[in-house]
Amino acid sequence: MGSGKTALVASLCRLLADDVSLVVVTNDIFTTEDAEALRRMGVLADDRIVPVETGCCPHTAIRDDISANLDAIEELEARHAPVELTLLESGGDNLTAIFSRALVDAQIFVIDVAGGDKVPRKGGPGVTTADLLVINKTDLAPLVGADLAVMDRDARARRGELPIEFTSLVSLDGAANVAAWVRSRLTAWSIDPSRR
Amino acid sequence: MTVLNPSLLLLADGRFPAGGHAHSSGTEAAVKAGHVTDIATLRALVDGRLATSGRVDAAFAAATCWRSGQLGAVDWRELDAEYLARTGPPRLRLAARTLGRQLLRGGERAWPSSRYGEARAALPDGVVQPIAMGVVANAAGCSPAEAALCELHHLVGTLTSGAVRLLGLDPFDVAALGASTASELTRLAVLAASTCEHPAANLAADLGLLNDVLAEHHGTWEVRLFAS
Repeated sequence: MGSGKTALVASLCRLLADDVSLVVVTNDIFTTEDAEALRRMGVLADDRIVPVETGCCPHTAIRDDISANLDAIEELEARHAPVELTLLESGGDNLTAIFSRALVDAQIFVIDVAGGDKVPRKGGPGVTTADLLVINKTDLAPLVGADLAVMDRDARARRGELPIEFTSLVSLDGAANVAAWVRSRLTAWSIDPSRR
Repeated sequence: MTVLNPSLLLLADGRFPAGGHAHSSGTEAAVKAGHVTDIATLRALVDGRLATSGRVDAAFAAATCWRSGQLGAVDWRELDAEYLARTGPPRLRLAARTLGRQLLRGGERAWPSSRYGEARAALPDGVVQPIAMGVVANAAGCSPAEAALCELHHLVGTLTSGAVRLLGLDPFDVAALGASTASELTRLAVLAASTCEHPAANLAADLGLLNDVLAEHHGTWEVRLFAS
């Protein structure tokens, strides 16, 4: 909650939308808040952003019963075909949030420095197994007494070889490293014969 | 010894992936309007909905289930037109089609049948949830009465679990409320099954105008927790 998921999505839209056909689905607990924020920022055409209500349960919508999200994604992808990238923003939950593999090809888990440098050590499925762990708000580290080296070490201990990126989304290109990771995944996906 | 059809239990389970968790079926609107504040008023909402939209949904689920189990074509367009005639608010129609599409998706994987494709082809604007329930229930080997019962069970579950999340009611009180509807659910399911062979136009047509108004209003809220 408040780790910067919407800011990251906005930043990725700015960095990718010029040459990647993308759409966004949001799962805010208070339905339209994140979608409206993205629309106000003008990072993507309004009709490429759709909010999905989750009935108080974002974790259910991304893991146990993906129907509502799948429905929204399929509709968006049909309307804007061909879609190359769909960003699904969900969370507002806790460290256990993990996406069903039937819903997404790759999960980015976002935590923030201001939440305390203990978070990577606490682990949980999101920190441990997400395809990319983003540790956001590095600019706040000195203000909240968080040690980025500790977070990096603990996160690596939890994640093994899985990648970690540090971001500060205060600057417009603060998510350039995450955008590069997304592009590498898109390339890998597009040349994977088992996907076609 | 007769044992319940396990597929009915799976279809009735709130964990079956059909997207119902995102809906309160009107409880959120009723709470906001101040009509539901505690167990007694939740009970009144449940009773009212069973007597109105619940009867209609049960009748259409049973009718579709029976038709799907017969040889030959199903009168999909008549069923759909008659259901929509009983479902005025555009947002309720939208919710019914969304839930129908999601139920068909889950159902088709679990219990394949040619009726799914037929229903989708005949109704390109979408298959409303009670008709979808009839299709899925039949494919799952359920009787028309069981299709109706499942529909009613989901209505009570959706209304009451919505109240737990929105009002923080005692979940044991709410479970007891659900259990107390058992004889009424049985009566309504039998009633729905008794009309399953009737022409679509003659199926139950009980309306709850306030629910319709609140549902349409709910769809305009800037902030809401449930899709309906």
